[in-house]
Amino acid sequence: MMGSENEAESQLFASREEMENLVLDEPSDNPNGNGGSKSFSDYRSVMSSLADTHHPLSPLLTPADSDPLLAPQPYRDLRNPSLSHDNNSYIEPPAYADVIFSPFDENTGSEINGIDSPGRSSDSSLSLSRSPSSSSDYIKITVSNPQKEQETSNSLVPGASTYVTYLITTRTNIPEFNGSEFGVRRRFKDVVTLSDRLAEAYRGFFIPPRPDKSVVESQVMQKQEFVEQRRVALEKYLRRLAAHPILWNSDELKVFLQVQGKLPLATSTDVASRMLDGAVNLPKQLFGEGSTVAPQDVVQPAKGGRDLLRLFKELKQSVSNDWGGSRPPVVEEDKEFLEKKEKMNEFELQLSNASQQAESLVKAQQDMGETMGELGLAFIKLTKFETEEAMFESQRVRAGDMKNVATAAVKASRFYRELNAQTVKHLDTLHEYLGLMLSVHGAFADRSSALLTVQTLLSELSSLHTRAEKLEAASSKIFGGDKSRIRRIEELKETIRATEDAKSVAVREYERIKENNRTELERMEAEKHADFSNMLKGFVLNQVGYAEKIANVWAKVAEETSGYATDSA
Amino acid sequence: MDQQQRSSSGYSHSPRSPSSQPYLSVSVTDPVKLGNGVQAYISYRVITKTNLPDYQGPEKIVIRRYSDFVWLHDRLFEKYRGVFIPPLPEKSVVEKFRFSAEFIEMRRQALDVFVNRIASHQELQQSEDLKTFLQAEEETMERLRAHESSYFKKKPADLLQIFKDVQSRVSDVVLGKEKPVEESNPDYEKLKHYIFELENHLAEAQKHAYRLVKRHRELGQSLSDFGKAAKLLGACEADGLGKALTEFGAKSETLSIRLQKEAHQLLMNFEEPLKDYVRAVQSIKATIAERANAFRQQCELAETMKLKEINLDKLMLTRSDRVGEAEIEYRELKEDSEEAARRFESIVRLMNEEIVRFQDQKMIDMGRAFHEFAKGQARLANNIADAWRSLLPKLEACFT
Repeated sequence: MMGSENEAESQLFASREEMENLVLDEPSDNPNGNGGSKSFSDYRSVMSSLADTHHPLSPLLTPADSDPLLAPQPYRDLRNPSLSHDNNSYIEPPAYADVIFSPFDENTGSEINGIDSPGRSSDSSLSLSRSPSSSSDYIKITVSNPQKEQETSNSLVPGASTYVTYLITTRTNIPEFNGSEFGVRRRFKDVVTLSDRLAEAYRGFFIPPRPDKSVVESQVMQKQEFVEQRRVALEKYLRRLAAHPILWNSDELKVFLQVQGKLPLATSTDVASRMLDGAVNLPKQLFGEGSTVAPQDVVQPAKGGRDLLRLFKELKQSVSNDWGGSRPPVVEEDKEFLEKKEKMNEFELQLSNASQQAESLVKAQQDMGETMGELGLAFIKLTKFETEEAMFESQRVRAGDMKNVATAAVKASRFYRELNAQTVKHLDTLHEYLGLMLSVHGAFADRSSALLTVQTLLSELSSLHTRAEKLEAASSKIFGGDKSRIRRIEELKETIRATEDAKSVAVREYERIKENNRTELERMEAEKHADFSNMLKGFVLNQVGYAEKIANVWAKVAEETSGYATDSA
Repeated sequence: MDQQQRSSSGYSHSPRSPSSQPYLSVSVTDPVKLGNGVQAYISYRVITKTNLPDYQGPEKIVIRRYSDFVWLHDRLFEKYRGVFIPPLPEKSVVEKFRFSAEFIEMRRQALDVFVNRIASHQELQQSEDLKTFLQAEEETMERLRAHESSYFKKKPADLLQIFKDVQSRVSDVVLGKEKPVEESNPDYEKLKHYIFELENHLAEAQKHAYRLVKRHRELGQSLSDFGKAAKLLGACEADGLGKALTEFGAKSETLSIRLQKEAHQLLMNFEEPLKDYVRAVQSIKATIAERANAFRQQCELAETMKLKEINLDKLMLTRSDRVGEAEIEYRELKEDSEEAARRFESIVRLMNEEIVRFQDQKMIDMGRAFHEFAKGQARLANNIADAWRSLLPKLEACFT
C-alpha cells in the first residue's frame, strides 16, 4: 500500500510542476482575484517594508491562480458534452485534484518523520486558499526531531524532570526574517506561551487555536505515538499562524521561530502567583488610594489579568447589564454584528453536520473499495482452482471469464482507494473550517469582553460623578468651605480624570477590536468562497475522473463476456 | 431464447416455434400473500404452455406454494438417483424478511429457474411427478403434499442420517482417514475432492458478492445524507456559494437513488446466480451421498450373496432338505444383488453425463452473471461520471 501511494505521489510531482508553470503564466485579472482585492487593501497598508507588490500569503492570488480549472486545456474538453466518452473527456484526476491542494508538500511526508497518514497529514493544513502556490515568497515551517531533555534546576515541582523538545525549522525568503533557513528547539510550554501572547496582542483576530494541552502522565507523554501526534499538531498550528495575513508578521511568532535558547516571551504565570499579585493590589484599591491601574492596563481583559477588583467590577457590570439595569450609553447596538454572529452559529451547526456526513461518505467509499478487492481475490483463488483441477474445457473457459472479472475487480478496488484518498483531502476543508470556528468564537469573545470593560468604566464614571456632585452640594452648604470635603472632592476629580482616560483607552480598544472583527470576517468570507469552491470542484472532478477509469475497466469485461448476453437484455 | 434451457433438452421453449416442434414452457409468476399471521404464506401462479400430448391442453395455470416445489424436488431426488436435481432456494429465512418485496422476488425468480431446469432436463422432464406438479388441482396437490410429509416423516430423517454418515465417510475418504466400503475409482475420487473444494471457494465468493451489494446500499445512503447536509449548508450561504452547495447536494441525492437501484440489480443478477451455483454444488454432494449409498448396498448384497452361495453349496453337499429353501433365498438374493448393481451402474452412468452437463451449464450461467455484473458496474460508473460532469458548468457559473 505504501508503495503505491508513493508511486502516485511521485507521478503527481511531475504533473503538478507542469500545472504550476501553466498557472503562473495566467494573467491575474480573473474574477476571484478581483473579488478579494478590496478586503486586503487594509492589510496591505498595515504591512510595512514589503518590497513586493504581492503579499506572500495573499489569498487574492491563490484561489484563482491555483485554480487549474480555468487554465488547462483538458478541462475545457471536459465541459464539452459533445465529446465522445472514449478518449478526450478522460482526464487525470489526481493531477488536477492535487494541484488545488497541498501545493507545498514536495517532501512533507517523506521528509523527516516518515509517517504520512493519508488523511489528516500535516500537508493538508495547507489545503486552504491561503497557501501561496504561485507567489515567489514563502514561509515553510517544519516540526521534527523530538528529543527528551532534562529539566535543569529551579523546578518548584519535584519529579517533573523530563520534557520533550521539538526542532522547529523555518525556510523563508521573506526579508522580515533574518536569514533564509534557521531552526530552534522549543517545548510545548513555549507554544502555550506563544499562543497566550498572541491572544493578548491580537484581540479581535481569528487566531488559530493551538493544540490542546493533554493532562496525561509523564510516561504517556514520552510515548512515541503521543509525541508523533503532538508533532503533527504543532506543525499544523505553526503553519496556520504563518499563513495568517497579520500574524505571520507578529513579533511573537518571529521571536518564537528565530531566537535561540530560552523563549524571550513573558510566560503565562500560574494562577496562584497571579492571585497573589492581584491580592497585593487589592488593599490599595479598597482604601481608595487612587487608581493603581495604568490606563493601558485597562486594555487587557480583566479575566486572567491581575486586577481582582476590576474583575469584580466587571462582573457586577455584566450582571447589571443582563438584568437591564442602568443603561450605559455604549450599547451593543451593532445589529449587523449580532446578525453575523447568529449566522456564524448556524453555519457552524451545518458545517458540523456536513463534516460528520463527509466522514460517513469516506468510510462508505473505503468499504466499497475493500469489498471489491476481496471479491476479486476470491475469484482469483477460484480461477486458480478451476484451472488446476479442470477436467473439461468448459471449466477452463469459465476460469478464463472469471479471471477477467477478478482482474477488473482488483483494478476497480484500487481506483476506489485512490479516489478516497483524494476525497479525504478535498473534504478536509470542512474539518478545517470547523477548527476555524474556534478562532471566530475567540475573536467575538474579545469584542464582548472589551465592550464589557467600556461599560464598566462608564458606569464607574457615572457613579463617581454622582459622588462628586453630592460632595459639592454638601460642601457648598457650609460657609467658608469644608477643608476635608474639599480635599476629598479634589481627590475624586483626580480619580474621575484617570477613569476618563481609562475609558478613552477602553473605547479605542473596543473600536479597534470591532474593526479587526470586521476585516477578519470579510477575509474569511472571501477565503470561504475560494476554499469551498475548490473543495466542490475538486471533489466533483475527482469523482468524474475515477468513475471514468472504473467504467473503462468494466466495459472491457462486458465486451469480453458479451457472448453470454441474453437477447432479452 | 434462454440459452440455459436450450442446452440440454429435447424440447424447445418458445411457444412461438412451429407447432410440430414439441415444447414445454413454464413460468412462475405473480406472488401473492395469503393467510394470516403465523400461517401466512406466498402463493405463486405457475403457467404451463405446451403442445405435448400427455398434458392437458396448450395452457394450464395452477396455484402453488413453496412446499409444493419442495415436494417435487424430493420426489425427483427419490426417483432419479444419479441426476443432479436442480436446487431449490433456501427454505427457512429470518422472519423479518420473509415477506419483504426483495426476498419474494428473489425466491420467485429462483423457483422459476428451478422448474424450467427440470422441464429442460432430458431425464427429469419425463417425470410423472412433474406432470402432476404442473397440472393437478390445488386440492390434489395439498393432499399429496400432506401425504408425503407424513409418509416420509421417517424417511427424511433416515435419509439425512445416511447422508450425514456418507458425507462424513466421503470426507473421511477425501481426507484419507477411514477406509470403509468405497469405490476405487481415481477419477471419481478426483471429482469428489473437486466438488468439496469448489463449495468452499464458491461460498466465499458469494459471501463477498453479498457484501458488495451491501456496500452499494451503504454508499447510496451516505451520498444521500451528505447531499442533505450540503443543502442545509447551502441554505446558510449567500448567492454563489449557497447555490453551488445546493446544486451539489441535489446531485448527490440523485446519485444515491441510482446506487440503490444498482444494488438491487447486483443482488438479482450477480449474487443470486452465485448463490444458485453454491446450491447446485450442494445438490451434487447429495447425489454423491446417494452413489456411495448405492455402492455400499451393492457391495453388501454381493457379499451376502457370496456367503449364501457358499452355504448353498455346503447344503447341497450334505443333501440337506433345506436346499430348496436355500435355493429360493439364493435366487432372490441374486436378483436383489443384480438390481443393486444395476442401480449403482445407472447412477454412475448418469453422473458422468450430469457432470458434463453441469460444467457446461455453469460456464454459461456464470458467463451471463459476469456479463451482467460487468455491464452493471460500467453503466453505474458512467452514470456517476455523467452526473458529476454535468454539475461542473453549474459550479463554474456559481463561482464567477
